[in-house]
Amino acid sequence: MDDLPEKPAKHEQGDKPKKSKSSSSSGVSRRDFLKISGVSAAVPLISHVGALAMAEGEPAIHGPGKAPVSLNVNGKKLSAQLEPRVTLLDALRDQFELTGAKRVCDRGTCGACTVLMDGKAVYSCSVLAIDAQNAQITTVEGLGEPGHLHPIQQAFIDNDAQQCGFCTPGFVVATKAFLDQHSNPTPEQIKHGLGGNFCRCGTYAGMRLAVMQAAKTKGA
Amino acid sequence: MRPFDYAVPTTAEQVPGLLGKSWGEVEILAGGSDLLSLMKDEITTPKRLVNIKQVAGLHAISNEGGASQLGTLVTLDRIAAASQIQHQHPMLASAAGDAASPQIRNVATLGGNLCQRPRCWYFRTGHGLLAQKDGKSLVLEGDNRYHAILGNDGPALFVSPSTIAPVLIAYNAKVRIVGPRGAREVPAEKFFVIPKTEQEREHDLRPDEFISHVIVPPAPGVRAAHYEVRQKEAFDWPYATAAVALTMNASTVQSARIVMGHVAPIPWVSTEAAQALQGKAVTQATADEAAKAAVAKAKSLGHNAHKIHLAQVAVKRAILAAAGASPAGGAA
Amino acid sequence: MADDNTKYGWPAPEQRTLIGKSISRVDGPEKVSGRAKYTYDVHRPGMLYGKVVRSPHAHAKIVSVDTSGAEKLPGVKGVYIIQDKGSEIHWAGDDVVVVAAIDEPTAADAARLIKVEYQPLPHFVDDFTEPKNVAENTGPLTQRDLFQMFNNDAEDDQVIAAVQKRGITFKVSPEMAQRMKDNEVSNEVIKALQAAPVKEAETTDSPYKKETEQVKGDPDAAFKEAEVVSEGVYGCPVITHCCLESHGSIAEWTDSDHLFSHISTQNVSGLAGQFAQALKIPESNVHVHQDHIGGGFGSKFGIDRWGAYTAQVSKKAGGKPVRVMLERDAELEVAGCRPSAFAKVKVGAKKDGTLTAWQSDSWGTGGPGGGGAPPMPYVVNIPNQRKQHTAVATNIGPARAWRAPNHPQGCLITMSALEDVAAKLNMDPLQLMLKNIALTAPSEDTYHRADTYRDELMIAADLIDWKKNWHPRGQGTDTTKRGLGLAIHTWGGRGHNSNCELSIHSDGSVNIKIGSQDLGTGTRTAILIVAGDTLGLPIEKIQLNLGDNQYPADGGSGGSTTIGGVSSSTRRAAIDAREQLFAKIAPALKAQPDDLEAVGGSIRVKSAPSRSMSWKDACARLGTQPIQALGKNPGPGDLISSGVGGAVMADVSVDTETGIVKMNKMVSVQDCGLIISMKTAESQVYGAMIMGIATTLYEEKVMDANLGQMLNPNMDFYRLAGIGDVGELIVHMMTGKGYDERGPIGLGEPPTVGPMAAIGNAVANAIGVRVPFLPITPDRVVNALKGGNNATV
Repeated sequence: MDDLPEKPAKHEQGDKPKKSKSSSSSGVSRRDFLKISGVSAAVPLISHVGALAMAEGEPAIHGPGKAPVSLNVNGKKLSAQLEPRVTLLDALRDQFELTGAKRVCDRGTCGACTVLMDGKAVYSCSVLAIDAQNAQITTVEGLGEPGHLHPIQQAFIDNDAQQCGFCTPGFVVATKAFLDQHSNPTPEQIKHGLGGNFCRCGTYAGMRLAVMQAAKTKGA
Repeated sequence: MRPFDYAVPTTAEQVPGLLGKSWGEVEILAGGSDLLSLMKDEITTPKRLVNIKQVAGLHAISNEGGASQLGTLVTLDRIAAASQIQHQHPMLASAAGDAASPQIRNVATLGGNLCQRPRCWYFRTGHGLLAQKDGKSLVLEGDNRYHAILGNDGPALFVSPSTIAPVLIAYNAKVRIVGPRGAREVPAEKFFVIPKTEQEREHDLRPDEFISHVIVPPAPGVRAAHYEVRQKEAFDWPYATAAVALTMNASTVQSARIVMGHVAPIPWVSTEAAQALQGKAVTQATADEAAKAAVAKAKSLGHNAHKIHLAQVAVKRAILAAAGASPAGGAA
Repeated sequence: MADDNTKYGWPAPEQRTLIGKSISRVDGPEKVSGRAKYTYDVHRPGMLYGKVVRSPHAHAKIVSVDTSGAEKLPGVKGVYIIQDKGSEIHWAGDDVVVVAAIDEPTAADAARLIKVEYQPLPHFVDDFTEPKNVAENTGPLTQRDLFQMFNNDAEDDQVIAAVQKRGITFKVSPEMAQRMKDNEVSNEVIKALQAAPVKEAETTDSPYKKETEQVKGDPDAAFKEAEVVSEGVYGCPVITHCCLESHGSIAEWTDSDHLFSHISTQNVSGLAGQFAQALKIPESNVHVHQDHIGGGFGSKFGIDRWGAYTAQVSKKAGGKPVRVMLERDAELEVAGCRPSAFAKVKVGAKKDGTLTAWQSDSWGTGGPGGGGAPPMPYVVNIPNQRKQHTAVATNIGPARAWRAPNHPQGCLITMSALEDVAAKLNMDPLQLMLKNIALTAPSEDTYHRADTYRDELMIAADLIDWKKNWHPRGQGTDTTKRGLGLAIHTWGGRGHNSNCELSIHSDGSVNIKIGSQDLGTGTRTAILIVAGDTLGLPIEKIQLNLGDNQYPADGGSGGSTTIGGVSSSTRRAAIDAREQLFAKIAPALKAQPDDLEAVGGSIRVKSAPSRSMSWKDACARLGTQPIQALGKNPGPGDLISSGVGGAVMADVSVDTETGIVKMNKMVSVQDCGLIISMKTAESQVYGAMIMGIATTLYEEKVMDANLGQMLNPNMDFYRLAGIGDVGELIVHMMTGKGYDERGPIGLGEPPTVGPMAAIGNAVANAIGVRVPFLPITPDRVVNALKGGNNATV
């Protein structure tokens, strides 16, 4: 059923051409709107569109200034006034002082900022905070804390799967998402499933052992 | 990143009206992986983002008599895991599962994958899509080790970055586009275009249009495989990829679709390679011949001759893998 | 000394309770749970965010700087011009203006409003092309020239002749003379320097500076007599440190002349002086703090330009805390390059593999300053040598120390050339190395280095199954070919200056203060292991404070000197404190203090172990005055030494169609004297192999010749190895007799040296031809197989 999380496609099929010809409730058709924006190119586009009522209710428009943003992080609701351009990573770190997720490449490559959104690993540097509002977010802080560590965290310690530790939180979170999907992983699956995180000190030998240990602990 | 306003339409119809009239004014936010990087580097500086993720009807994978219809917002992760895709279009599932990294696949959408911008390092460091300076091409004069070997006669010398697009083209997929004048469909092959100016983009969309769906026609019995020459196991960009779909008549190839990625500013369809294979059994020798045909017209820019060789290897290996692949399931 | 050695020396193997054991790093729980606070994570009250305007030009003069737009922007609290009109820029990405604002977006908006006008000047970023027809430098010798000569073990008479003929550009101060003396520069050379004419340094427009040729033995005769001569070209490009935590700091002024800096550094105790100098305030007014550091690798010893300007812009903002952490592109562009090195090499040998002659013409860049030659021939001291190096000054960016400075380059070039000789002789390179192993003994060999290498090579060969898996070059008809390669390496060590304050309190608590830092190497863990072992306490019972310059001063963590420094200062402090405690409670136990021992959480009488007292009870007798002891390094007793050997072997498979190299397996056998913390020591060696894999196969600072800019200032194209790219890894530490008695020796550098050479050799063995230059990317392998030259860039 994972293929079809929403309504059957038949509906969409039938809907499409008809709907796209309808005009907006304000009486300004999209064609007209285009003309309007065409003649007034010097004025920022934004100012009109915000004022325009669109089909089937107005789409919400926020920013460019600060807007209220409310996030569900580690089971807690966290709120702040943020510009739409603030990433989830920066909101977590600078607004909520959840600094486990690290800013390293800040371009969705290195994995140090990995958090879970609805159980899936994502690069929080590449998600806007305002766009993360409906998700359940889990950061490394939400997995465990000293004294009550998650088995994955314990496995990272036992196998010394860290040196400077800057990539470690991202790896721990990525491992959580990975093991949730692969409870008994093969070495090949580990290569593929943790290929989105990089370590500079070179701690992969310990990590491979840690992942295997955590998989076993979980199964026990 | 520059300030922008942020619109959240809930219907497809609202979207075109929120978009711009020229490229760069407004950008569509789906997965956001590539877009946010481009915005942080101010390669694109939109005044507005249109987040289309609340738009109903763009998230589904459905089966239309053996055709797979995928909403533009379907993530690569879901494509890879979908049993329907694995059964009907296994090469698509496999390519989606190999793309980028788990974190990217979890958020990257099909539409976003097709519209992602080139990885050309001149473009990404702020020297423009065509990377011209004082009337000269920085690419031609500079380090073009990753640049185009085909379709490189014009000013565009970057390579198309999608590893999914060649697969869709090999399957003869169509792209459904919604704009202010309604919907239209174009073959995936025609969706990609080579820009001639800085103001153009790498596809057939107009600035006020967006992809709503991708439709992959039924491929019963088709044997298909893709191959990626990529140095690292971890997140890395390939030197060349190839997607091959074979329709077999007993042991001979009735027809072939052979498409290369990362070799030209667009996914590169090689009719020469397909013709070379037609009517023949797939062997090392015929695969090799077809692969040679695929790069016969390739041209080095000075520092990328190795890519001609690597593309040839990718095509050969994809052909051999396709011939050895089990045929795709028919209409479900 | 003998008494001091008895008193402070390391416990005998059977007495070690923690030393040498596999103990999990003590800061593990904080790190895995995201609680460990790095500089980047520090959030000071009212903190402002800095953004830096950087030069897009690699070489330019600043014509004008206009910050008015930024200053007017609401939310901007400070603007500081780092390099004003008239300044000359020497690399792209150099810092020009910094703004501090209430949040990052505002700071970015402000930076965009700053207008800087540049007058571009010609730049040069090509360190790869071989310098040809460069006249040998005959001008006066700079300090760097001399350092190079010393570094290359130039013969005294050659140095003296050059000094007399060319003169020098500096005056030899008494301190400098003393420093040279301490570093074993001969009196004759020092005298020649003191007598040499001091001349003005020569300036030249050429980026090339050819250094004095160095000759040893009679290379001409040796090459003439050689039964086989192998020639090759080898090298590796500039790479960057790519610390995951970028460089940077948070500066705040606690009053008008007191600075508090949280800074990402390898040198907590050493920065106050640098700040004081840059900011014109007393050194004692500078407070430096760091709990954790996200990587340094040799690039974080100074406050750097950004450390100073972060403090300056904080001052402009009324002393409020300002955070400036380099963005990733800047981190890769300006925060550290490892010098490149390329060389044309000729090696002469006898048919039996005996190495007789070496000739190298090398070049490379260390940034605007040019840079020096790596040590060659590396480790294997071939009797007859001729060496010539040309330094290439470029606008690629400033060089910084990178783990084992110059060694990996020297090792790569040497070990590659020797493997090529072996191939030419149709000889197993392991046999060639063993045949010449006597050449690896340093001139004043005190611990039989050659034997260590031999033992290590045999162990490594066993672990990688060399005998079974090695084959002559390029055999087999499969598309994928497998090969094996090896390298040996060395490094010094010793220990930096260290001060460790250890106190024991009446409630039994133990507290250590030390102005050191833990780079992830396990320094915290090692200090606690030494203290715990000495005091007979589990490490959880000891509180350790480090990472602050208000604690007793400690050296910077560089050159593999930290473990030597902190382990011996901690040992001395713990022994002295223990001695005081013994003296206090000896009467109660009816024993002489020197008949007491601290074991398993209690103090007991050695000659009558049943008479004992728990640690807590013992400490309860201290009363109000805690015991305090300051241990120093250097100090009484001979606890540490210098000079280690290591052997690395690699097993790779190469797809000869795609040119992709896959790591099958790698083995590193390493000596580092007495191992204090086994688990973190092994991690260092694993890490060194993995870093070496990335360097060999992926890393390169790619510069555009026209733009003078880095083309890959990101982690997409500045590529590191992932978890799936490293193959099987085996670490074997040399321990026990012959090693332990030397005391601890640092591990930060040595194991990082050999991997590039070992992998490169394995690739050559697999495909039958040498891929001359790193990184060994598919294009280079494909070109090598086609017999083409490999100058792909």
